[in-house]
Amino acid sequence: MAVTDTLSYPRVTTVGDFFALLKPRVMSLVVFTGLAGIIVAPGHVHPLTAFTALLCIALAAGASGALNMAYDSDIDGVMTRTATRPIPMGHIRREDAMAFGWAIAAMAVATMWLFVNELAAGLLAFTVFFYVVVYTLGLKRRTPQNIVIGGLAGALPPAIGWAAVAGNLSLAPIVLVAIIFMWTPPHFWALSLWRCEDYARAGVPMLPVVKGKRATRIQIFIYALLLAPLGIVPAFIGLGGMLYLVLSATMGFWLLLEALATLREKDEVREPAAKRLFGVSLLYVFVPFAALIIERLFHLPPLWT
Amino acid sequence: MDENPRDRNDRAERERRKRNIALALALGGIVILFYLMSIVQWHENTGH
Repeated sequence: MAVTDTLSYPRVTTVGDFFALLKPRVMSLVVFTGLAGIIVAPGHVHPLTAFTALLCIALAAGASGALNMAYDSDIDGVMTRTATRPIPMGHIRREDAMAFGWAIAAMAVATMWLFVNELAAGLLAFTVFFYVVVYTLGLKRRTPQNIVIGGLAGALPPAIGWAAVAGNLSLAPIVLVAIIFMWTPPHFWALSLWRCEDYARAGVPMLPVVKGKRATRIQIFIYALLLAPLGIVPAFIGLGGMLYLVLSATMGFWLLLEALATLREKDEVREPAAKRLFGVSLLYVFVPFAALIIERLFHLPPLWT
Repeated sequence: MDENPRDRNDRAERERRKRNIALALALGGIVILFYLMSIVQWHENTGH
């Protein structure tokens, strides 16, 4: 490498910078819901095939994160929450992040196609396309419904995992997708309540920026109200058992309480209720999906067959 | 942070080596995975 090559970078690009591009925390949630889809799906695949499917889901999620960071690097640099990401910090060039993201996405979809099945590969390709093109390039800077519609991309991993094992889709994976889809708005709008000025400075039309905090609190409560009953549906379609029903009902009730507290919040500077809601919403995905996995691994019967 | 150009180039060279090792490991992992998955598929297709 020529000396001028290294000097043209503000800082040397490390392996850690590329790893950070994959958004490992978001990836872990996607992998977890994808794993739930793989485990609860009917049918049997070789464990290595299941591992390959999960690896492809993880890689595609990471690639989507890298491409999101590449295309949004201008606004990431303006926002406090994202200013320390590798591209705005000057650790990685935007073009390198794009090449890295598209290469990994293509490899993940091709591997899924070759070794798992066409349906899972097609869904995986659609998920990357939806997150990068529809959400990041299309909706994010144009409408306050950005995360509502864009949330479909983050909701699809259980269906991809299911398709990888079963080779088809049915009502059960669609319900799991619907749960995560309905969960996305209260989760991200809770965050946007206390990051409102950040989004406004970057020109991102999040709901509190465009419609105000009051309208956002009402919308969060409505979505939580719809999500709580939807969350227990898997127990009545032969997917979840008693453990799932108890845990999802408890989490739904807890989420609803926090959404109500957010609705009544008076402290518009620190937004403590919205911060609690954000934390509970993370648990809301983790706990019921963990219950589904535990029930299947320990052969606990579904409540309704 | 001010850094001596020589130190910087040494560090750049070390990081480049680390990146190459990470890339080699990733490619090696893919080759092994493809090899094993090919065997799994061959077994499934031939009913062994």
